[in-house]
Amino acid sequence: MKTISKAGLLFFICMQTLVSAPVKVVNMDTLLQETTAGKNDTLYVVNFWATWCAPCVKELPAFQTMYTKFAPQKVKMIFVSLNSIKDNATVEKFAKQHDLKPEVLLLDAGNPNVWINKVDTTWSGTIPATAMYRMGKKVYFHEGDFTEDQLKNIIQLKLSEK
Amino acid sequence: MKNLAILAAAVVLMSSFITAGYNVGDKAADFKLQNIDGKMVSMADFKSAKGFIITFTCNHCPFAKAYEDRIIALNAKYAPLGYPVIAINPNDPKQVEEDSYVNMQKRAKEKSFTFPYLIDETQEVTRTFGAAHTPHIYIVQKSGNDYVVKYIGAIDDNSGDATAVKEKYAEKAVDALLAGKPVNPSSTKAVGCSIKWKS
Repeated sequence: MKTISKAGLLFFICMQTLVSAPVKVVNMDTLLQETTAGKNDTLYVVNFWATWCAPCVKELPAFQTMYTKFAPQKVKMIFVSLNSIKDNATVEKFAKQHDLKPEVLLLDAGNPNVWINKVDTTWSGTIPATAMYRMGKKVYFHEGDFTEDQLKNIIQLKLSEK
Repeated sequence: MKNLAILAAAVVLMSSFITAGYNVGDKAADFKLQNIDGKMVSMADFKSAKGFIITFTCNHCPFAKAYEDRIIALNAKYAPLGYPVIAINPNDPKQVEEDSYVNMQKRAKEKSFTFPYLIDETQEVTRTFGAAHTPHIYIVQKSGNDYVVKYIGAIDDNSGDATAVKEKYAEKAVDALLAGKPVNPSSTKAVGCSIKWKS
């Protein structure tokens, strides 16, 4: 009986993990490491957003569409959530409900007065904001939202640059 | 040639739009905005103030909400020392209903705000200051008839957890001003909700 309940508990835990895998938490250095360390010709498109940010949520479909459109090319899209790390479950649920295709990360980077400038010194801290990296360095930064066309054009432009 | 001139004019216009707003050291113009009690409020009304903690904030933004209690605490601590809080809601309520005048009155009552909570209906004051998001604070010091901007930015370094704050930027700035010392840092950055401009 004890074994059965143990097995049941184990099964329950496994199911829990399957149903709700928490969103991976990263700090700014890890994020920049991922987008720049390889110095490869993949274009990293990093969108800073939050579940509670209306203009961010509004532009997510444009990113989703571009994710699919540029899938055959060397583009890696990352959604970096600025929700509080206490909201991991909220972000996870949102990602599932909206079927977010790009990788979703949760930022835990400490003092914003330090890490905002690491992304871009012109960034006021307002979201949405998007940074792009290629060949080991930042090639683009934009504070504010995108229309689908604007996003498409800038990705195409950055991919075409030697 | 004509096209070039138009383009040049457009570029100048755009860059002036981007760099609009006060920098530290600039003189801030006084304003006259409606408070939640219906009365108009200006900095000039506070005869004995040494300066102000002008806080662009709103009802709907989670970051602004996270700071409500800390803004109340700032006013409780610094109004008696001559630096009261003046809160200004910069958002167009047509974009976010939660930031309407009626909802501002409601929120101020719920939270027992002890400071003015003004609505910037034309958004001109917000534009003049150059506030980028909520919450965004400007600490000004009275100098004769002038209001000199001494600090721009965040209240502290941790929006999510008030108990884990290491740097109380706003308090540090006012403390320095009260002690006659330079403010350092005089500007900081924080994550916030975009200003909801009229479309």
